[in-house]
Amino acid sequence: MLDSKIPSGPLESKWTYYKGHCKLVNPANKRKLEVIVVGTGLAGASAAASLGELGYKVKAFCFQDSPRRAHSIAAQGGINAAKNYQNDGDSTFRLFYDTIKGGDYRAREANVHRLAEVSANIIDQCVAQGVPFAREYGGMLNNRSFGGVQVKRTFYAAGQTGQQLLIGAYQAQERQVALGNVKQYSRHEMLDVVIIDGKARGIIARNLVTGELERHFGHAVLLCTGGYGNVFYLSTNAMGSNVTAAWKAHVKGAFFGNPCYTQIHPTCIPVSGDHQSKLTLMSESLRNDGRIWVPKKKDETRKAVDIPEEDRDYYLERRYPAFGNLVPRDVASRAAKERCDAGFGVGTTKQAVYLDFRYNLINKYGRTEASKHGIENPDEATLERLGKEVVKEEYGNLFDMYEKITGENPYEVPMRIYPAVHYTMGGLWVDYELMTNVNGLYALGEANFSDHGANRLGASALMQGLADGYFVIPYTIGNYLADEIATKPIPTTHEAFETAEKAVSDRITRLMNIKGSKSVESFHKRLGKIMWEKCGMARNEKGLTEAISEIQALRKEFWNDVRIPGIINEMNPELDKAGRVADFMELGELMCRDALNRKESCGGHFREESQTEEGEAKRDDANFTFVSAWEYKSESNWEMHKEELIFEVAKPTQRSYK
Amino acid sequence: MENYNMNLTLKVWRQKNSAEKGGFQTYQVKNVSSEMSFLEMIDVLNEDLINEGKDPIAFDHDCREGICGMCSMYINGRPHGPWQNNTVCQLHMRAYKDGDTIVVEPWRANAFPVIKDLMVDRSAFDRIIQAGGYISVNTGSPVDANAIPIEKDKADAAFAAAACIGCGACVAACKNSSAMLFLSAKASHLALLPQGAPERKSRALAMVAQMDKEGFGSCTNTGACEAVCPKGISIENIARLNREYMCAAAVSDKG
Repeated sequence: MLDSKIPSGPLESKWTYYKGHCKLVNPANKRKLEVIVVGTGLAGASAAASLGELGYKVKAFCFQDSPRRAHSIAAQGGINAAKNYQNDGDSTFRLFYDTIKGGDYRAREANVHRLAEVSANIIDQCVAQGVPFAREYGGMLNNRSFGGVQVKRTFYAAGQTGQQLLIGAYQAQERQVALGNVKQYSRHEMLDVVIIDGKARGIIARNLVTGELERHFGHAVLLCTGGYGNVFYLSTNAMGSNVTAAWKAHVKGAFFGNPCYTQIHPTCIPVSGDHQSKLTLMSESLRNDGRIWVPKKKDETRKAVDIPEEDRDYYLERRYPAFGNLVPRDVASRAAKERCDAGFGVGTTKQAVYLDFRYNLINKYGRTEASKHGIENPDEATLERLGKEVVKEEYGNLFDMYEKITGENPYEVPMRIYPAVHYTMGGLWVDYELMTNVNGLYALGEANFSDHGANRLGASALMQGLADGYFVIPYTIGNYLADEIATKPIPTTHEAFETAEKAVSDRITRLMNIKGSKSVESFHKRLGKIMWEKCGMARNEKGLTEAISEIQALRKEFWNDVRIPGIINEMNPELDKAGRVADFMELGELMCRDALNRKESCGGHFREESQTEEGEAKRDDANFTFVSAWEYKSESNWEMHKEELIFEVAKPTQRSYK
Repeated sequence: MENYNMNLTLKVWRQKNSAEKGGFQTYQVKNVSSEMSFLEMIDVLNEDLINEGKDPIAFDHDCREGICGMCSMYINGRPHGPWQNNTVCQLHMRAYKDGDTIVVEPWRANAFPVIKDLMVDRSAFDRIIQAGGYISVNTGSPVDANAIPIEKDKADAAFAAAACIGCGACVAACKNSSAMLFLSAKASHLALLPQGAPERKSRALAMVAQMDKEGFGSCTNTGACEAVCPKGISIENIARLNREYMCAAAVSDKG
């Protein structure tokens, strides 16, 4: 039943073969075909622009006030590409292999290899659009390193790479809007998929300004709606990031793949109090130059700068000498938790570790600059001054952000950081063509499950979003739409549109009529607490079982006691949020069920029952080398389907970064 | 850093929708922690309002990391509040002390009509970009990214201009509600790069025409925009755009 439609032939020629043999739609017919794109982040904007350029009639939806606000904009550190500009041994194969290994052998080989193949095209495309990547004095592009990798393949624009890439894609989309190929619907939220004769044929969207429901037809529907990290309430996601579009598709039949795979990012600014509304990431790129440590002594009372070298435990360098501070995110996060749980944490809450730049600021950058300027025997103050200038250029905006939030100057004192929910590897199940199991319904970018297995490597999310939108969907959608050229646009008076709109409208009315006593926010916070404590960095059978019943009870309470002010037909952010939180509560239960079912540890999914003697994640390849794809049956009732993962090239081994 | 709690008086602009008249409402907010962000302080006030059965204050916000450009509050007469190079989502309450009164308004400009309370419609910015804020290149097979070396200084200057987050603080701060800083940042970003050079003239003309059409005012070089820009976008970009525009207009028969 689950056909991943992987082309035959050797791994490295599958994509070439596919492109040479997939069906095409001629330009005249493209004009007759309509495509709906939901979400305008890297995946959505690049898809909308590229499909518009090809001549399809595109409608692009986003809930924000402009497509340029999508949360891809907040990505900081960079984007990977197998360019080998540094002559350090990179290749398509290495990028493929690193990604499969980084994902702890739980991703699909064919998809990942394709991703590695198109990675280089992305950089070329972005430069042509005017994305101002960092350059060296010779005018060539610069690179930095990211976790889980021993080459420098990450392209970047200070700590604002996501912003620059998204603006590039946004501008390409706006150009198509001007040319009339893309129609843009901002402040619109998708609330259902319309399925006719087994094919996705449109959506129901709500105009968030007027509260009106709208019906939109499309020959195909693309969900580019990002991840669901906000199920934890506190995460590095934007406040509006939500699972609603993907969840509606799931309830309408699309399978949800690996929902429990969550990425906890090791370097975020720690929680400061109950008022906290979100957490802020400090880019992984900082681990190029920042060294992570905690005091060797429990209950250390000295300030960080007063603790001498011999009393510091650089625990990542100690445990993982080969990769040091640049181990993958899941490994770094668990190591931080281990130290804090053991009582070595720092700061007032003791739930933090130090990320310290002083060593490299002085020794790496200071000395290089001194040497460049011909300063012999520089003193420490000179090295510090010279080093600071370079660090400022590399990470200035991140250091400023840290200071604004914490009131501390990271050039002077080490940052305090702690892991936080950042990304979700799980998502809608898709085949090689990025189509869900519902015909004509696609999922791109973070919204799908396909490329990162159980743990995503840094700087790979931007790569995947743009690969899907610029270079994959333009081919694969043609293979589907070629058979749709005779399909006339279906009038939105069709019964399926009527029924879908009525269901959406009924649900909104039901929400508004509860008129209970507790705010939406309070429910979201309680959900987040259950998820973080029982389905977060470490999971076990008892906790997950408890979490499932706690979430069910919370959901019941929500539907009886939530209070939503205002009315339906107006701008009503509380109502928008209520719908999203209601969906998060259903998703939360599924995540716990998936985590409970997967009795192994892999990547970001750490089952305490399955660990090595050294406390590393222990996979169970004999029993769990599969993707779990969950089919929604009814409330709290799912059926799991398996897609077996076959590794022809990258043979699974116990991951080691030692 | 010493943390402290404070009690504040907030005067907030409330407006049901674009058709109705708005006005200020006064709120007392108690026990605000200096560690909170400004928006978290509004979150707390909104929770109280909801619990009292009142309508919470509508405001735009999303990433809360100072990069999406969605948040937009005019605080005590200054877009994004008192801190330099800052968005309101990154403003923290240690900027205030016990007993302070804070006045919060939406961006005010004809081209940015109020949607509700502190939310405004900034789609005019999208239309200015649609007029020419891009390089006309289709997805396909452009030349290798390193085929055209770009001087580091120029690349850095293009990046500095491209750092604009499109929040509209420049318009809100300008007595003429001019969008020149926003527009010139985009025109500069693209004109400084060899890839954007072929369209530099047509781009300048088209974007300025669209800006006028949207009802933004003229630039009189007072520099208020630069002073409040959260990303430190320089008014040198306006000078650069003016030169581009003059050159383009002088040789264009389209005027």
